[in-house]
Amino acid sequence: MPLEVQIAKRLRDFTLDVSFTAGSAPLSILGPSGAGKSMLLRCVAGLENPDQGRITLNGRALFDGHSKIAIPARERRVGMLFQHYALLPHRTVAENIAFGLDGISTDEKIRRSAALMDRVHISDLANRYPRELSGGEQQRAAIARALATEPEALLLDEPLSALDTHLRSQMEAQLQETFAEFKRPVLLVTHNIEEAYRLGDRLLVLSRGRVAAYGDKEQVFRHPPTVEVARLTGCKNFSRAKTISPDAIEAIDWGCRLTVTQPIAGTPVHVGIRAHHVDFLEAESQASPNDNVFPCWLVRSSETPFRTTLFLRLNQPLENSSDYHLQAEVFKEKWLHFRDRPFPWHVRLSPQSLFLMQE
Amino acid sequence: MNSFLQNDWSPLWISLATSVAATFFTFVAGLAAAAWRERHHGAAMALVDGFFLLPLVLPPTVVGFFLLLLFGRNGPVGKLLFRFGETVVFSWPATVIAATVVAFPLMYITARAALEQVDPHFLQAARTLGASEWRVFREVALPLAWPGVLAGTILSFARALGEFGATLMLAGNIPGKTATIPIVIYFAVESDDLQLAIEWCLVDVTISLALLGGLYYWTRSQAARTSSSRWARS
Repeated sequence: MPLEVQIAKRLRDFTLDVSFTAGSAPLSILGPSGAGKSMLLRCVAGLENPDQGRITLNGRALFDGHSKIAIPARERRVGMLFQHYALLPHRTVAENIAFGLDGISTDEKIRRSAALMDRVHISDLANRYPRELSGGEQQRAAIARALATEPEALLLDEPLSALDTHLRSQMEAQLQETFAEFKRPVLLVTHNIEEAYRLGDRLLVLSRGRVAAYGDKEQVFRHPPTVEVARLTGCKNFSRAKTISPDAIEAIDWGCRLTVTQPIAGTPVHVGIRAHHVDFLEAESQASPNDNVFPCWLVRSSETPFRTTLFLRLNQPLENSSDYHLQAEVFKEKWLHFRDRPFPWHVRLSPQSLFLMQE
Repeated sequence: MNSFLQNDWSPLWISLATSVAATFFTFVAGLAAAAWRERHHGAAMALVDGFFLLPLVLPPTVVGFFLLLLFGRNGPVGKLLFRFGETVVFSWPATVIAATVVAFPLMYITARAALEQVDPHFLQAARTLGASEWRVFREVALPLAWPGVLAGTILSFARALGEFGATLMLAGNIPGKTATIPIVIYFAVESDDLQLAIEWCLVDVTISLALLGGLYYWTRSQAARTSSSRWARS
């Protein structure tokens, strides 16, 4: 693999200890704030040094704790996009982009910066100063600047977090376009689950400095190996579980028996289901015996413009309590359709949607 | 009644030449020390800071006395220079040395504060773009810290212009050679020549006002330039 990282660094509250490789497919690094994501990027860029380990890029050792190699950032040929872009405020867009183009003729500099600005669609902003640009334009300029040095890898630190919602999808498209042309290792750090999924092909989940999950993004989202990863990838529903038979478990916290399709390997101690996978049935009669259908009562609901989150109790209502078993997420239309029906409602926890996890 | 300043303008030229030279040296040394200090941390650095700031807290006469010990005929530096046939004490360079040393802490402290204010992300971005440490300083840190660095330079110039105690100790009062405006004023008062003292005081006030006025207009034109560039192109 072009980029190979295996490092350890003692931080204040925990030790960053990660190992992964990256090829030409973008790798998303997902984790909560303070998980060590930015530090990891800074170690690869050469802005910080790990305590031990090894970082190689296309066979070149950027860092090696054993042979005491620590190539300075300026010689790493690793482009970095900072969270707030770090465009030099005293230079115009064109001058910012040309900053990394040292040691070539002025004509060549102008030609190359113009080509880069064209590539990220900011040719008309060449003579503006960063403070005159919108967030999206600043980011485009920062991308062009990072690409100017023709880096062998690109690192992005929370690239979309400083942008307004309506700019995000535009910039996401820009980033996807950039990654597709770049065809070299891309590491993208984010705490936003959807961003991590949309922009990366592979996914690394980081938690308190450790790799909690790492692999194909579909795989990680579909079968999170642990409760922690499930939670970090946005899952809301968990229950302790006990194996009853090869294809059935007892969900202790939900007080029900569940049929599962995922083979029960080892001792699954938790079962989970994503909120949008909780199904509502028109009538109980629709269900077949092993379908995991249960009567339920609404505890409370919380509405967003297009979706509603329902907090549910299974099997029996509990007076004067806001304890709930499951969170279900449904589109507003569907919610308006069945909200006035009498209780109990019937939910299906489809066996295909359930996943088993380790602690 | 004598003519204005007794027709001897030499203290003005000596003062200006001394201050310009001292500001130049203190600019280079203060900035270099501040940039160096930015990169070094640790317990020993408190001592370094103390040493750099000493001329600010010591009475100028004490600074002057130390300089006299250093540069005098029997001092380590003085001996060395004497071997090359040079004597520093009671010469014009002595006024420059005294003013430089006394002004240095102001430049150092202001430049350091200004450099510390620069967002480190700008420096890091420059490094990932392949810039050498010198380029990072020259093209990123210094331009961004420039207002503070300039303020330090002006403070240093003002301090050098007003320097008296250390200068008197090291350079003495040699008319036409080391007699700066403050020294001429002091000796004029001492010899009861109040008119000469007042005239030189007026000159000093004029220089100071011109300096402040120039600074005021310069900052205003800077502000105007930044805001015009902001809108001219949009």
